[in-house]
Amino acid sequence: MSKAAEAENPVDIAAGRLSAAQYAENFSDVAPPLDRNSAVTEANRCLFCFDAPCIEACLTSIDIPVFIKKISTDNVKGAATTILSANIMGGSCSRVCPVEELCEEACVRNTQSGQPIKIGQLQRYATDHLYSRKDAQVFTRKPATGKKIAIVGAGPAGLSCAHGLAREGHNVTIFEARPKAGGLNEYGIAAYKVAGNFAQRETDFILAIGGIEIKNGQALGQQITLSQLRKDYDAVFLGMGMKGVNALGLEAENLQGVENAVDYIEKLRQAKDLGKLPVGRHVVVIGGGNTAIDIAIQTKRLGAEYVTLVYRRGAGEMSATHHEQEFAQTNGVTIKHWAQPKKLIGFQGHVTGVEFEYTQLDANGKLMGTGDTFSIPADMVFKAIGQTFVATPLKEQGRDLLQLTKKGRIAVNEDGQTSLPGVWAGGDCTEGQDLTVAAVEDGKIAAIAINRALKEKK
Amino acid sequence: MADITCKIAGVTSPNPFWLASAPPTDKEYNVVRAVEAGWGGVVWKTLGEEGPPVVNVSSRYGAINYGGNKMAGLNNIELITDRPLDVNLKEIERVKKNWPDRALIVSLMVPCEEQSWQKILKRVETTGCDGVELNFGCPHGMSERGMGSAVGQVPEYIKQVTEWCKKYTKMPVFVKLTPNITNILHPARAAVSGGADAVSLINTINSITSVNLDLMAPEPVVNGIGAHGGYCGPAVKPIALCMVGEIARDPDCKKIPISGIGGISTWRDAAEFISLGAGSVQVCTAAMHYGFKIIDDLTDGLSNWMDEKGYQTLDDFRGKAVPNYKNWQDLDMNYDIKAVIDQDKCIQCGLCHIVCEDTSHQAVKAERLGDTRRYTVIDEECVGCNLCMLACPVDTCITMKRVDNGKPYLTWPNDPRNAANMKKA
Repeated sequence: MSKAAEAENPVDIAAGRLSAAQYAENFSDVAPPLDRNSAVTEANRCLFCFDAPCIEACLTSIDIPVFIKKISTDNVKGAATTILSANIMGGSCSRVCPVEELCEEACVRNTQSGQPIKIGQLQRYATDHLYSRKDAQVFTRKPATGKKIAIVGAGPAGLSCAHGLAREGHNVTIFEARPKAGGLNEYGIAAYKVAGNFAQRETDFILAIGGIEIKNGQALGQQITLSQLRKDYDAVFLGMGMKGVNALGLEAENLQGVENAVDYIEKLRQAKDLGKLPVGRHVVVIGGGNTAIDIAIQTKRLGAEYVTLVYRRGAGEMSATHHEQEFAQTNGVTIKHWAQPKKLIGFQGHVTGVEFEYTQLDANGKLMGTGDTFSIPADMVFKAIGQTFVATPLKEQGRDLLQLTKKGRIAVNEDGQTSLPGVWAGGDCTEGQDLTVAAVEDGKIAAIAINRALKEKK
Repeated sequence: MADITCKIAGVTSPNPFWLASAPPTDKEYNVVRAVEAGWGGVVWKTLGEEGPPVVNVSSRYGAINYGGNKMAGLNNIELITDRPLDVNLKEIERVKKNWPDRALIVSLMVPCEEQSWQKILKRVETTGCDGVELNFGCPHGMSERGMGSAVGQVPEYIKQVTEWCKKYTKMPVFVKLTPNITNILHPARAAVSGGADAVSLINTINSITSVNLDLMAPEPVVNGIGAHGGYCGPAVKPIALCMVGEIARDPDCKKIPISGIGGISTWRDAAEFISLGAGSVQVCTAAMHYGFKIIDDLTDGLSNWMDEKGYQTLDDFRGKAVPNYKNWQDLDMNYDIKAVIDQDKCIQCGLCHIVCEDTSHQAVKAERLGDTRRYTVIDEECVGCNLCMLACPVDTCITMKRVDNGKPYLTWPNDPRNAANMKKA
């Protein structure tokens, strides 16, 4: 590119904006682990409630007072066993759960002293401790039953279900489209929340029970079909994620530099050298969920100078928690509320900015544009306005094999059973909260139901 | 502002807080730091007779930690001072000269022979100290050599030694009692009949604080082995209070002045000891946990509390709780209280319910209204035991309310339900 053309081209995307040391610092553990002394001190604050509200607020019903009591007596292995017995991914949940809206919000210490017990951090303390032990295996696999179960998707739902079934002595084969297991823990969660290759460590721990085989590069509807799995296996569990990403619905969305936030995060999570990952000087993120927050913070930490997150409604309506919003702001992300994208501005096929229109609610509470517009320069624009479950792989010969909900996800009963006999489902492909902990619970419950069904069949 | 000047057995101090005879009072350096910080007096760490040295071992303390709190209880296996007698005496003399307004008592422990006591008293008297305290208490080490609690456990010895001391010195004689006996009144009465000017109690309680589960030996471990030690600190306060109260209310103890010792850590503890009859109070573990600076709150807190209650001097409330310390058979069988849970203060932890349900009278009902937990007392089942109130983590959330049943004060001996009375009827 000639010097003249370079001067005209306003796009500024570059790799290596920071030093290696800065990358390392920016993507290290966001919340350093508690040491023994802090953990025991914090554990001693727990009141050991009867009918503890925290247990109920945990989607996997971990017996929180019991595991905290065990931490306070240095029975840390026992604490981890209590946690993992209820939630086999208690390690990643301790890092990624929005605890301020779940267990910690329910903690009675909020009312008593304004400070809940740091349940998430204590849970991490216990599970980290277990993973660091040589005798980490606290579960035993029952004698082999000879039953075979196919699981589609090696994310939290699939892995949780697999572990539950493997413990019962069944043989599990997991079909995973991607090259690695772990699902969003491996590909989607912000890097600094699961630092140190944690997702892989946790997956290894789960697989160590035995009886679980993972086949990578196996996507439903491509290498495998549901009909075939039903024929070849005694039961099937579907634990796919959300492959679809909502579009902005604007013209020129195919401009270079306009990208799905989840795709970029996946690249970031798998990057061997973050210094080689190009990032814009000006970054605009559109959306109000945790993905929007995650991409905004991570691009900032990659060296983007100006990161603006724009959301069409107010702070209270954002699905990202208050804690996450605040964290973005302390990371230097500008959050702009009440504005919606109107136009992507481009130069020579590359995005250079976004025009927004201010929004407000009309008398009926409906969102409408005010007509007042402004634009923000952008070398990169990330779409983070939601993901969708793509049900096409469940269609065979032009018809849906199983019933979907109105929202297009797989319909299941309370056991995770689908309308198709022998097929269960859970996690993001079904309805419910789109959280790791919810997926783990789905997988756990389905494993119990599948085990029961297989026994009854006998 | 209240006057917290303390007078006991002819000894005065600007406040009732003395450091007990223990490691903090082993030498001039520590003692000067203490008096500079504001302590009212010190009882110098126990002196032994001149001659063969006392030698201490390494590893001397063991502790009980509870619920994240360190040193709820402390024990030690340290012997009496291991410094030469003349060094100690010179330092005592200097401290008393430089700090004449502070109480300086010297603790003593020599073999149970008249000459030994005569000899040491003569030496100590030259220092100008305010009095002596006879260490008949230490349950470890020295007791194996026939001293300390080995004397304190035999009332006749106590009386004998006290008499010798009274014979050979004009200084006030404090007799320090061991709690390692079945009834504190026997040694206390022995001290009284021997002519003691005051008793100090309690000395430490014989104890093993914990077993080191790796070494399989009692703490504190000395090269793989442990010995029993003397237990003190906040955990022993209830035992000490009870013994102080026993002596204070015993007619045969003839209102002998008491220097109260045992787990005193706060001004409130001190006020409790004084209200049960103590003259001065002695502190050790609290200082060994936090340093001498705690004296500031001890004196200030006591004085502020006295102002609030309208007590102008320590004598105004000294022994005020003694008449209310009675035996079980003097209690009112008709007194009826029920727990009341303040729903506005309740944080829904449910401890009141579970402790009553599992371990008491099933008198706290647990209900769920959606996400809200509601705990209420079933009056018919509540026996007024206090357990829920004690377990509740919120101050004043659970209170015990008196039921006005209109019944008169009725003791068990007079109760018609008492089998003895049934027979009469």
